[in-house]
Amino acid sequence: MTEPTRAAPAPAAMPLGPTPSQTVGPFYGYALPFAGGGDLVPAGHPEALTLHGYVFDGAGEPVPDALLEFWQADPAGSATGAPGSLRRDPVTGEAAGRDGVRFTGFARIPTDADGHWMIRTLAPGPHRPAAVPYLALLVFARGLLHHLYTRVHLPEHAEALAADPAFAALPPERLGTLLAVREAERRYRFDLRLQGEKETVFLDFPLEPHQPVAAPVPGAR
Amino acid sequence: MTAQRPSPPAEPGSAAPYEQRVPPPDARGGTARNGGAPPHFPAPSQADIDEAIGAAHAQAAHAAPLDHPPRDFPPYRSSALRHPLASPLPLRDPEAVELTGPVFGVTDVTALDSDLTRRHHAEPLGERITVTGRVLDRRGHPVRGQLVEVWQANASGRYAHQLDQHPAPLDPHFTGSGRCLTDDEGRYAFTTIKPGAYPWRNHTNAWRPAHIHFSLFGDAFAQRLVTQMYFPGDPLFPYDPILGSVTDRAARERLVADYDHELSVPEWSLGYRWDIVLDDPAATWCEEGRA
Repeated sequence: MTEPTRAAPAPAAMPLGPTPSQTVGPFYGYALPFAGGGDLVPAGHPEALTLHGYVFDGAGEPVPDALLEFWQADPAGSATGAPGSLRRDPVTGEAAGRDGVRFTGFARIPTDADGHWMIRTLAPGPHRPAAVPYLALLVFARGLLHHLYTRVHLPEHAEALAADPAFAALPPERLGTLLAVREAERRYRFDLRLQGEKETVFLDFPLEPHQPVAAPVPGAR
Repeated sequence: MTAQRPSPPAEPGSAAPYEQRVPPPDARGGTARNGGAPPHFPAPSQADIDEAIGAAHAQAAHAAPLDHPPRDFPPYRSSALRHPLASPLPLRDPEAVELTGPVFGVTDVTALDSDLTRRHHAEPLGERITVTGRVLDRRGHPVRGQLVEVWQANASGRYAHQLDQHPAPLDPHFTGSGRCLTDDEGRYAFTTIKPGAYPWRNHTNAWRPAHIHFSLFGDAFAQRLVTQMYFPGDPLFPYDPILGSVTDRAARERLVADYDHELSVPEWSLGYRWDIVLDDPAATWCEEGRA
């Protein structure tokens, strides 16, 4: 039972055990997606590129109830973003789309009934000198108990990606699952395969092992 | 099993989610109503599922405890074709884009968004509750100014979603979604009604314990979390393969809120407290010598 107190929790049990993940389920539709969620830039923006694809399961069937989130640096390489991804109309409370000026770097898009998704964005820049630019991609779905991370690289960075020591352990055909395919001027395709043949490479950001750490200073960050 | 009740409307086809609701009691196999399983393959029984969950928990008791569910958890049948076979590739880049994350602000949330009982012209039916707690990192530092989103079924156990065909009443005064930003101490708070339990079609006579879905952002994209909050003392806990997918008992208990009488408002609402702890990617532990 929780102590009936409004004070900050005692720091004795550091590090705290993380709250476990649970599936997003099938019924997030009126809570998480928002109008214009995939439109990081307005239609007609001269530098806009279209990124789209399908999500497939281990039987090769499209996944009609996946939710994708993207996070990326802007074309100058800044991964600081701006608020306003879910910008609301103060009168109705409905999603009003981004303000058309600030680049938030965040997109959220559910798959259609045929497993297809699409976003409109700007090409990410290198987030540090000589870094290979990419869009970070997070996948949620019914049936997926813990979300999955991967990255989308544009094909013009294929050679730099192949030379990146972080991915040296991957054979070329696996590495290729992290590359979008250029379909037309400013249009790229990136399919996700959750399981099996041509399974997408998913990524992990390893956590520190459980170990005692100093108690936090109240209010410090 | 002879009680009369309306048949659910026709389902849209083979893409029907397993979570779509249970068929009438006489519909055993043979249609998409058993969750897309082949006609000759009847849905597993609760006993089958209990046995599989028990075996998974017994096996987990002999290994290092896992904080999160394994993505391959056969008692949750929908996981079968939706988990990767290869292990994720570990990345330890302290400058990865995933160690930063999106930001949200006053443009993204309106003041009404945290009260799920005031989104329509009248109040929803059900037991009015407040749910509050803090979003923390593993060192207990508050996650400040970040987005918390929730969604849930109504008091009868039905979602305002057209794919939910459970023959329980919709509530015209309840949609069941909300959002807020955490304050400087990492606090969030929602006013809502207690959701009902509901049937689903993972196996015969499958029922989900009452829960509220939560979506959370940390300061890093790698801290992202989607999870479910449960209510204390729910008798359905042992039967549920989604809660049961968390194989470590202590971790499972972290998904259950506390009833907190201090949070109950006289003659108005019952209070629940649930603190949420986000993962810390390794690289953030070393940043600025914070570890």
